[in-house]
Amino acid sequence: MTRRRIDAFVTLAAPVLLVVAVAALGSQLNAVRQLEFGDALVSVAIVVALYVFVGNSGVLSFGHISFVAVGAYLSGILTLDVQQKDLILPTMFGVLRHTHTSTGLSLAIAAAAGALFALLAGIPLMRLSGLPAGIATFAVLGITTNIISYWSKIGPGVTALSLVPQNGIWTLMVGALIAIVVAFAYQRSPSGRKLRATREDPLAAQASGIHVHRQRLYAFVISGALAGFAGGLLVHELGSITTSQVSVELTFTTLAMLVVGGVSSLSGAVLGALLISGLNSFLADAEQGVNIGFQLTLPTGTRLVSIGAVMALVLILRPSGITGGREVRLPRRWRGGERSPEVRSDA
Amino acid sequence: MTFLQSLIDGIGLGAVYAVVGVGIGLVFGVMRLVNFAYGELITAGGYTLAMLSGAPAIVAIVACFAVVVALALLQERVAFRPLRGASPATMLIATFAVSFLLQNIYLLAFGSRGSTVGTLGGLNTAIAVGTLRIRWITIVAVVVGGVLLAGLTFVLNRTMIGLQLRAAAADLQTARTLGVRANRVITWAFAISGMLAAAVAVLLTVQSPLVTPDYGVSVTIFALVGVVVGGLDRLLTASLGGFAIGFATAFAGDLLPSSGSVYLPSVVYGLVIVVLLLRPSGLFAGPRATAAERV
Repeated sequence: MTRRRIDAFVTLAAPVLLVVAVAALGSQLNAVRQLEFGDALVSVAIVVALYVFVGNSGVLSFGHISFVAVGAYLSGILTLDVQQKDLILPTMFGVLRHTHTSTGLSLAIAAAAGALFALLAGIPLMRLSGLPAGIATFAVLGITTNIISYWSKIGPGVTALSLVPQNGIWTLMVGALIAIVVAFAYQRSPSGRKLRATREDPLAAQASGIHVHRQRLYAFVISGALAGFAGGLLVHELGSITTSQVSVELTFTTLAMLVVGGVSSLSGAVLGALLISGLNSFLADAEQGVNIGFQLTLPTGTRLVSIGAVMALVLILRPSGITGGREVRLPRRWRGGERSPEVRSDA
Repeated sequence: MTFLQSLIDGIGLGAVYAVVGVGIGLVFGVMRLVNFAYGELITAGGYTLAMLSGAPAIVAIVACFAVVVALALLQERVAFRPLRGASPATMLIATFAVSFLLQNIYLLAFGSRGSTVGTLGGLNTAIAVGTLRIRWITIVAVVVGGVLLAGLTFVLNRTMIGLQLRAAAADLQTARTLGVRANRVITWAFAISGMLAAAVAVLLTVQSPLVTPDYGVSVTIFALVGVVVGGLDRLLTASLGGFAIGFATAFAGDLLPSSGSVYLPSVVYGLVIVVLLLRPSGLFAGPRATAAERV
């Protein structure tokens, strides 16, 4: 293999191996721990979806959780029993009420819905950049959660959507891996490379004949599809969902995971999601008392304070994230290369 | 008459959003940082007022200003100074992290049930003019908002530090070359924005006295939306944007049938999207505004 091939292989293999390792470790643990590990894997899928757009385009989006929400509700509703739906969701549109699909098919439909929603929202919004883009995408999120919360023809309205069949850790792992592979394939495609060029220098990219808005829209749609898909994973992990779970707070935590890991690399997205989820679980345990060589019991409530402090500290000390926005590479002496001396990641 | 009532409600709401918007816009001007943790300054003021509910109003208000300005300076020194020159995304997410951190510290310190502010509660009573109801706090909010914005305009246009603030907002690098001290200017910007947050805390706790850890979040989000809709580049347009959001909320609430009133946020956000698409650099921005390019 040429060196570039090896680099590409490592870029994909590193996050894949990490996710497989996390799933393998989680599968050995008890049921409560498995839930935590499943949660981490779903976070990976959501953050990778976010990365496809934000990382490659350099434009912040606060709207991706709307695609996650649509995917979660649609995928959850489709896998409920038809009789159950007649009983608990009598006001819903007939199409949704009378259709029952397998989990796999419902995830595909969630991805399609996410893509369609992203396309409709993206056609007007991709003309914006910077702060106006941030606020406009945030407005999309506000509208989506507002409508899902109250319109009982498309879902359960103010009550939680529950009784959704749950999936084990291996299914969630496969879902996270699908997201990673799609993100990898996209960032190496001509379209992904063009978009990354617009991120580095929009004027130079435009002058080279790249259609900035069109490339952003492609990424937005792919990213929307992955976000819808990840939303499906989320609902099948939790078994139930309310709109407050797929709203502002999830938007901020997933963005923070992405930025903490390193916004412009796939390995950063995966690493950030796993580290923050892991820290979150560890601190939750520590509040109950945990043995790490010595007995550690943190006062209740320190978990969220610590997470906030860690996120702030990482950003202050390493503004471009833990990976510095670079992909994982083999150390130079293994590659025998003479170029680019500092591509080694700190990951 | 409902039109006039909506107008009055819109003015009261808009005055608060405008002051918050100017507080955020001032800091954005000098260091291109959108401080999302601004809401936590307001919350800190609210808790200070709640703890001093028994004390004379003037003591509580002075303490509120002191605490909020100190916290604003602390935010700048500890969190945002090391991030100067980082990418806008990193700075914005860092302010989220600070906001998240402070909210959870409040949660740990004061619990989730909230603390009640008793200071100035009398201002919440309404006077009737014909069929209109005007609460005293609406009048106070408008007067205080007007005085603060006028005072700030005076400071910006007639004092040395104001001149330096404007110079830094126009071009920090050039201003530094000409002898403006970046640290001093930015510290002043945070101090003034802290004072505005303290004033907002006093006004807001009269209208909704129950202070919870996320007290300042929604007003910050709405004000931020207003600021971007109005145009972040100048303080006047930023405050007009705050009023625009106040009016839009009041009128849309009036026009929606009662069965559709739960969809009020969707209507307001929909309007925001339309405005941003038609005028990305702001509703009131001049023809040469370049907010979209600079951010």
